[in-house]
Amino acid sequence: METGDFRQLTIDGEVCRVAAGTPLKDACLLAGKEIPTLCWHERLTPASTCRACVVELEGSRTLVSACSRLVEEGMVVHTDSPRVLHARRGIAELLLSVVEDAQVPELQELVQSTGADVAHFRFGATLAQPTRDDNDLYIRDYSQCILCYRCVEACGEDAQNTFAIHVAGRGFGAHIDTGFDRSLVDSDCVFCGNCVQVCPTGALMDKTEWTLRQTGEWDESCIQVSETTCSYCGVGCALDLHVLNQRIVKVTSPYSHPVTQGMLCVKGRYGYEYVQRPDTSSVHSSAP
Amino acid sequence: MSQQGGAQQRLLPNQEIVTQSSPLSFQRLQLRGLNLALERAFGMTTKSMIQEVQDSGIVGRGGAAFPAGLKWLSVNEAAGHSKYVVMNADESEPGTFKDRVLLELDPLLPLAGLAMAAHGVGAHKAYVYLRGEYRHLFSPIQQAWELLERAMPQVLVPLEVRLGAGAYIAGEETALFNSIEGKRPEPRLKPPFPTVQGLFLQPTLIHNVETLANIALLFRDGADRFRAYGSTATPGTKLVSISGRVNRPGVYEVPFGIPLLEILEGVDTAQGMQGGQHLQAVLLGGAAGSFLTAAEVGEATYDYPDLRRYGASIGSGALVVFGQSDVLPEVAQTLAQFFAEESCGQCVPCRIGTVRIKEMLEQFSLSEKQSDLRDLAQTMRDASICGLGQSATTALISLLDRPVLWNWGL
Repeated sequence: METGDFRQLTIDGEVCRVAAGTPLKDACLLAGKEIPTLCWHERLTPASTCRACVVELEGSRTLVSACSRLVEEGMVVHTDSPRVLHARRGIAELLLSVVEDAQVPELQELVQSTGADVAHFRFGATLAQPTRDDNDLYIRDYSQCILCYRCVEACGEDAQNTFAIHVAGRGFGAHIDTGFDRSLVDSDCVFCGNCVQVCPTGALMDKTEWTLRQTGEWDESCIQVSETTCSYCGVGCALDLHVLNQRIVKVTSPYSHPVTQGMLCVKGRYGYEYVQRPDTSSVHSSAP
Repeated sequence: MSQQGGAQQRLLPNQEIVTQSSPLSFQRLQLRGLNLALERAFGMTTKSMIQEVQDSGIVGRGGAAFPAGLKWLSVNEAAGHSKYVVMNADESEPGTFKDRVLLELDPLLPLAGLAMAAHGVGAHKAYVYLRGEYRHLFSPIQQAWELLERAMPQVLVPLEVRLGAGAYIAGEETALFNSIEGKRPEPRLKPPFPTVQGLFLQPTLIHNVETLANIALLFRDGADRFRAYGSTATPGTKLVSISGRVNRPGVYEVPFGIPLLEILEGVDTAQGMQGGQHLQAVLLGGAAGSFLTAAEVGEATYDYPDLRRYGASIGSGALVVFGQSDVLPEVAQTLAQFFAEESCGQCVPCRIGTVRIKEMLEQFSLSEKQSDLRDLAQTMRDASICGLGQSATTALISLLDRPVLWNWGL
C-alpha cells in the first residue's frame, strides 16, 4: 500500500520500502543490487543516454533506465534477468565497436559482468579522428567520446550555465559541438574545465595531463594530493592539488564540498602556474 | 496519385462537396456540417465531451492506437497553470501521405477537431506542428483557423503553426515539444507522459491530424452514428496510403475490419496489381511496420486484433505493395539506411545500433548475419529511449521471420 512518503516495491524478489522520489538505481542499491552506469554522474541530471542501467519492470513493454525512473508503488523489478543482461551486453559491444581501447573502468566492468564480446560489432564506422588541440588548457579527443552528455550538462544548467557546447548532428554523426565547429578559443567556452572534470572517458583532458601522458611521464601512483582552499576570491572553494614530481599537474575539487560540489572556475582549476614559477624577489616587491 | 475515398467515405469530402465548395469557405464548413458540430461541441460540458470521446472508441491514428478518450481524461485531470493542444502534422513515415491529402482537401475538418479538443480539455493555446516539406499547407492552415474563428467568434484559443525542419524524429511527440520550445528535437524520457507534462512542461493533448478529423466527425454525428462504421473492436474508418506495384496508388478511406486484400483489389481503392505482377508482400504500417506475405494478405482483416496474430499493426496506415520482382532484402537495406539517418543519436542502442544494422545488411547476406541481426534488434527494442530505436528493426525481423520472402535457397 502507498503509505506516506514511502513506496513499496519488489526488487529481485525482495520487498523494499523506500522514500518516494528515489530513483530505481538507488532503491536497487539499498536492496544490495548495484546497477552499472556509464553516463550517470552524481552531480548531474540523469541524461539516461547510455542505457547501461536498464532493468526489467514487470508490465513495461521495454526495459527502463534505473538512473532516471523513480520508484512507484507496487513496482516489480528484475535487475539481472536474461533480457537485462542481453541489453547490457549489447550496449557494451556497441560502444566498444566505436570507441577503441576505451580505458573507462565502468565500461570494462560492464564487459566483464555481461561477458561482452568486444569484437562483436567491430566491422564498420568508428569515431576515429585527430585529437583537437586548440588551446593551452584542455584537449578534445572525440574518438573516445561515448556521447554521455555529461559535458553538455556541466556546461549548461547543471553547473556552469555557459552553454558553450551542445550535441549537433544526428544519428551516428551526433557529436559535441562548440557551435559551427569553432575552435574553443572562438567559442563561448570560459575554460572552467567542468566538462573535463565530469568526462568519463578521457575524451576531454587537461592539456598538462595529456602532454605528460604523451611522453609517458604521467604516473597515477606517484601523484600526491594536497588539500587547500583557492586563494583567488572570497568564495572559498576547496582545491585538491594533484602533485607529480614536486609540480602541480592538475586541480580538482571534491564533489562532497558544500561550496563547489566539485565544480570550479578557470582560475581555481587552471590558474596554478604562479605557484611554481621561480621565486624572484622582484615579483614580491612589485606587488601593490 | 489518386485521392478518392472508398465506398464508406467520411473523413475525405465526397466528390459533390469538393465540386460545390472550395476547401477554405463557409460553404464547405456548412456542407460538412462543421458549423453545427462546433456549436454542439462548444455547448457541451467538458465532462460530457470526454464521455463522448470515450464512447466513440476512437484510437490514435498516428500509429500507436492509444485510446483518445483516456488522453482527454488524463489531460483534463492533470494540474498545470496552462494547458495545450497540439496537432501533430509532422507526417514523415515512409509510405505515408494521408495527412497531407486530408489537409490539402479539407483542412477545416481536422482544425475543427483541434478547436473542439482545445475546448474539451480546457487548453489555453493550440499548436500545429507541420512537416517542413509541407510548407505549402502553412498558410491554408492559418486561413482555416481564421475561418473557424469567424464562425465561432470569441471562443477559439489562439493557434500557432510551427514548421519542422526535416527531422523524422521531430514527429515523436516529446521531441516535437522540444522542437516547439526551440530545443534540439530529442525524445524525452517517459514518464512523465505528455498528458501530465508535455509542451512547456504543462499538460498537453497531442493528436495526429487524422485523429482530430475523427474528433470533428464524432461531435458532428454523435458516438452512435460514429460507431456505425468500422468494426466493434475499432469503430470508424481509416485513411490508408497505398504505394508500390498497384494500379492506382493513393489515399483511400476504408472501414476498420475490411479484408486486407479488398483494399488492394477494390475498384474504389487500389484496383489490383500493376501490369500482371503477382503480389509478393505488403509492408504494413510504414518503415517501422511489418512485412506480410501474399498468403497472409489473403486472409488478414484490416483491424488491430486480427493483425496482432501476424505480429503486425496498422501503424500510420501505410501499405507499400511489392510484386514478385521486388527484392525485399534490398528494401530492408533502404529501411535501415532511413533509420540510421533519422536516429537523433541520443541513446547508444539506436545511435550505434541503427548504423550497425545498416552495415550488416550492406556487407553481408541475411542468412550470414541472421543471428547477429536478431541479437542486436532485441537490444535496440528493449533498451532504446523512444519508439524510433525500439521499432527500427520491426520490419527487418518480420522479414527474417518469413524466409519465403528472402531465403530463395529453401
